[in-house]
Amino acid sequence: MEVLLNSDKIAGCITALADDIASRTGKVDTIAIIGIRSRGEILAMRLCDKLNKILKTEIPCGTLDITLYRDDINEPQGDSQPFVRSTEIGFDIGEKVIILVDDVLHTGRSTRAAMDALIAFGRPKAIRLAVLVERTGRELPITADFAGLKIDLPVDKSVQVNFVESDEQDRVIVI
Amino acid sequence: MKKNQFIWKHKHLIGLRDLSSQEIEHILDTAEGFEEISTRSVKKAPTLRGKVVVNLFFEDSTRTRNSFSLAANRLSADVIEFTQKSSSVSKGETLLDTARNLEAMGIDIVVIRHSAGGAPKFLSRNINACVINAGDGYCEHPTQGLLDAYTIRKIKGSLEGLKVGIVGDIAHSRVARSNIYALTKLGAEVILVGPPTLMPAKVEKLPVKVSYSLDDCLGELDVINMLRIQFERMGSNPFPSIKEYSHYFGLTVERMKKAKPDILVMHPGPINRGLEIESEVADGPNSVILQQVANGLAVRMAVMFLVNQGAAIKK
Repeated sequence: MEVLLNSDKIAGCITALADDIASRTGKVDTIAIIGIRSRGEILAMRLCDKLNKILKTEIPCGTLDITLYRDDINEPQGDSQPFVRSTEIGFDIGEKVIILVDDVLHTGRSTRAAMDALIAFGRPKAIRLAVLVERTGRELPITADFAGLKIDLPVDKSVQVNFVESDEQDRVIVI
Repeated sequence: MKKNQFIWKHKHLIGLRDLSSQEIEHILDTAEGFEEISTRSVKKAPTLRGKVVVNLFFEDSTRTRNSFSLAANRLSADVIEFTQKSSSVSKGETLLDTARNLEAMGIDIVVIRHSAGGAPKFLSRNINACVINAGDGYCEHPTQGLLDAYTIRKIKGSLEGLKVGIVGDIAHSRVARSNIYALTKLGAEVILVGPPTLMPAKVEKLPVKVSYSLDDCLGELDVINMLRIQFERMGSNPFPSIKEYSHYFGLTVERMKKAKPDILVMHPGPINRGLEIESEVADGPNSVILQQVANGLAVRMAVMFLVNQGAAIKK
């Protein structure tokens, strides 16, 4: 196990992400934040707090459960099973620039599922992808618009993001 | 245990009698995730895309059949509607032959309603597809029991310690049986209320209390589930007159004055207005009858999703 980011560095990454989003899109577009369950949801809320302060506004924030849209949903999952949770988007996504938030961008399959799920709620003006860690290993033509950390990793390594809200501490590790 | 660590292992849903409380809760928890699909602008998810669901109904049904159809459609499955009246069953084909022929077309899930108790179980042992019981004889109607439990849990928060009265034609009611299993496993106390002639045989073996007077127990109930008198299933009259039955067991505005102010009034439908329940009560502020129907959709989506997951494990 190797620690990629500690708590301070995570905070720094989130601040940098928020600054980047604010300067590149927040000032000209109506934006909304949507986090992918479950770590993306926490990251989305933290990002939203920062953006609200920078842009001095209340940006709508929602949560997306992508289970029903996974492309491996009917495959045997070994010793685990997907659990369907609710999607909570309490605003109209039409004509907004949606900042889709996830903890790690790896194969790109979650992002594809999330885009598919989002379209069921309306027609956003654009979807942008913000992640804490963008690693190598893409299986689909997808890339992040905003990334806290970019890293090259062999296929057998996995990145795990822990947040205080769900895992008692903030850290990003490679196992 | 965390909710998402639970593994659902069944590829059939035959009845609630054999499910654990944890399994029942897992279905209800899963249904919560499906409820919101019906509020989207695109009311559909691709989860069962490419799967074929057959609605195999040997008895009449409006709510259940349409609810299963819509649930399957919302999950992008293809649905074949089968009704006995317009099928080769009227030419003498057996249940198993019908099912095997349908299976040869490549079906994945069979939703079956049959007047013979045990028909879904029999089918599940003889075909490869997932089988969901939509009502068999006097045995069970598991998705109705689940949606009733879901509706109560959603409004009351939990079933633990609640007193639920099931009133009327218990003897002919598979809804009552599935309700008894679901509600008691989740911690509620069930009281069966009705004339002795409408109580099931061996009622003492069920985990319930029995009362022959609605007026005696109404005041202590948190939930009351009014059942329809199933005249079509009766050989002889179980009570002297409909008027007399209504007088003693009908839920009237007058009688409701004895009930707790926040009592939930439920009915699995179809309602015989004026017989077991007065219109003003069925449409009144305590009634959750239409919420039951709406919740039924989420519960049936969850059940189809789960049996399909169970089948994936067994591959």
